[in-house]
Amino acid sequence: MDLRFTDEERAFRREVRAFIDASLPAETRERMAAGRTPTKAMVVQWQRALNAKGWAVPHWPTEWGGTGWSAIKRFILSEEMQQTPAPSPLAFNTTMVGPVVIAFGTEAQKKHFLPRMANLDDWWCQGFSEPGAGSDLASLKCAARREGEHYVVNGQKTWTTLAQHADWIFLLVRTNPQAAKPQEGISFLLCDMKTPGITVRPIITIDGAHEVNEVFFDDVKIPVGNLVGTENKGWDCAKFLLSNERTGQARVGASRERIRRLKTIARTAPGGGRPLLDDPRFREKLTEVEVQLKALEMTTLRVLANENKRLGEGKPDPASSVLKIRGTEIQQAISELFVEAAGPYGLVGADPEQDRWNEPELAPEWATLAQPTYFNWRKQSIYGGSNEIQRNIMAKAFLGL
Amino acid sequence: MDFDFSEEQRLLADSLGKLLSDRYGFESRKAYMKQPEGWSRELWAAYAELGILGLPFAEADGGFGGSAVETMIVAEALGGALALEPWLATVVLGGGLLRHGASPALRAELVPQVADGSLLLAFAHTEPQSRHDLHDVATAAKRDGDVWVLNGRKGVVLHGDVAGKLFVTARTARGPRDAKGIGVFLVAGDAPGLTRRGYRTSDGLRAAEITLDGVRAEAVLGDPADGLPLAARVVEEAIAALAAEAVGAMDATMKLTLEYLRTRKQFGRAIGSFQALQHRAADMMVAVEQARSMAMYAAMMVQEENATERARAIHAVKTQIGRMAKLVGQQSIQLHGGIGMTMEYAVGHYFKRLTAIDTLFGDADHHLRALSEAGGLVEAA
Repeated sequence: MDLRFTDEERAFRREVRAFIDASLPAETRERMAAGRTPTKAMVVQWQRALNAKGWAVPHWPTEWGGTGWSAIKRFILSEEMQQTPAPSPLAFNTTMVGPVVIAFGTEAQKKHFLPRMANLDDWWCQGFSEPGAGSDLASLKCAARREGEHYVVNGQKTWTTLAQHADWIFLLVRTNPQAAKPQEGISFLLCDMKTPGITVRPIITIDGAHEVNEVFFDDVKIPVGNLVGTENKGWDCAKFLLSNERTGQARVGASRERIRRLKTIARTAPGGGRPLLDDPRFREKLTEVEVQLKALEMTTLRVLANENKRLGEGKPDPASSVLKIRGTEIQQAISELFVEAAGPYGLVGADPEQDRWNEPELAPEWATLAQPTYFNWRKQSIYGGSNEIQRNIMAKAFLGL
Repeated sequence: MDFDFSEEQRLLADSLGKLLSDRYGFESRKAYMKQPEGWSRELWAAYAELGILGLPFAEADGGFGGSAVETMIVAEALGGALALEPWLATVVLGGGLLRHGASPALRAELVPQVADGSLLLAFAHTEPQSRHDLHDVATAAKRDGDVWVLNGRKGVVLHGDVAGKLFVTARTARGPRDAKGIGVFLVAGDAPGLTRRGYRTSDGLRAAEITLDGVRAEAVLGDPADGLPLAARVVEEAIAALAAEAVGAMDATMKLTLEYLRTRKQFGRAIGSFQALQHRAADMMVAVEQARSMAMYAAMMVQEENATERARAIHAVKTQIGRMAKLVGQQSIQLHGGIGMTMEYAVGHYFKRLTAIDTLFGDADHHLRALSEAGGLVEAA
């Protein structure tokens, strides 16, 4: 056991930093450092730069653009991007639908879709949740009936993140309503968002952001060639995808970047006649999160190191639920500390209806973003399988309860 | 970066694990506790035979050259068995002072005796007023010719009741809470003027209150005016070992709890089928995994030569371990219900040891405060 990074890993980290410094536009970095989400154009530019370097999908098999790196090297790349901060490669493409197509798709699907996913030629979104199917995903009702060479889809998806940007959607549909178990009648389809019959309607979240949507399907015709895997076996794809999704939710580098930023702010932010960072109560709360983050970082590395060994088993480490729970709790805790740091001026950013773009700033940008970010980040313990669902998974899969 | 144990390390874990599972059941432990010294001399001899008492010492001194990783493996196994023997006091604390502070001649004399199990050591650093502060030393050391003479009182000295030799912090200069002016002295357990009152601690182990009345020291370790860094370094090693011991204890009490949830029936079904209890069990697992990560981090960072970095890391470790130990210990009892409250059942004893581990060498809040004052783990931009 030697938990130090090797010379090679350290050299790789320097190489990553140099690449980011040379290739990431300053305006992307500045926007993200301020705590704002990158624009679509920024995400696309950066993923294409990564792809040109051969780094957009390092975890994919080498024949589809992967690098064959160890899990630790992949961790270093994503950690450095998060710490910069730079946009992450679009998760819908690279960690969600991409691996499903690799594991379950046909050669034709792989050849057509994978290079476009890696280069973000197509922006993908996820059609899983429905108004009546949240944590109980298998109860989904969106129906697909076979008509000749097409599936005809009718129903509704919801919480569809960034569907307004999307070119394609991967979705779970019910192809056999008579199946003995709800999980057995589900199929996994790929659908062009330009197909007639699709309507996208924004959902505005409590922070005022348009991030999620409802997507309606009204006699939408999807070619049968866009079925992934076997008809009625889509639940296997879904389980595979969801467990991959959780491993990425630790976001250690991103949390470290936020803590670093908050500490810098708290050095000068007012804290009752002294800098806020000199308030022991505030500082100790921050330190507590730093300690938790260190434990999460080490746990993440343990899971990743184990991943290399588990590759042959074809199923994820149940410890990924631990990462999801702790990763999201830590990110939420940091967002709360930003709200505390902003104090009364945190209220300035609370009204998304008011457009003040051409007026002088009322408060520092970080302070106006503190509360919206805090509001928005409540989603983290809900999405990707709520933290309570993660505990159910652990109880069943890991604890034998 | 490599999380795997070497072949030798796996063998060590297996052989110690086997010894403890054969001979350290909960009922055996009760019997060992009733022995005159409150622990088992037979097991101590078995540890010596396995090589774990000489493990961390350099081969040149008569040891086996083990690293902090070997110490972690041993501590985790002992923690799982709730072992009562003076391993931490003798090998980690006393042994650490020998490794980092003793002259080659003193090491040559004492290390073989530690390794073969014939010499027990203890480290007397706490005083009635000092709480968790290693630098709060009122015990005085004054020179008499070539010899240092000690006067004062030391408290809660782990296994100080049986130690053949004790290391004692004492003030050679400056004020009562000054970081400078502290020396680390070696005294014989039977030295004239040294009296000790042994007692059982809340976790079933042993400690002593020690009075020093004109006790003549056998040796001083390093600089008599600047011994605090030595004491602090060894305490950091003890914290790293305790972190692993806590992981062993947490893992064991969690397994007992899961077994109970699977078998105990109420309302006509196993209580582990109730979601409220499942979620508590899942939280225990999250805690144990975070603690395990921190014990590994401790084993890595305790070998760091940069004292500032090392201290920060160990503060973080003890904070996290203390929090997790409390959570896992409390949940173990809660999930068992009434039976968890009884002396005859193991989980209560794990809970008590985990409580002791949080307290020893500074509790979670103590180390959180210290880390916070030192600037935390993440640098500002």
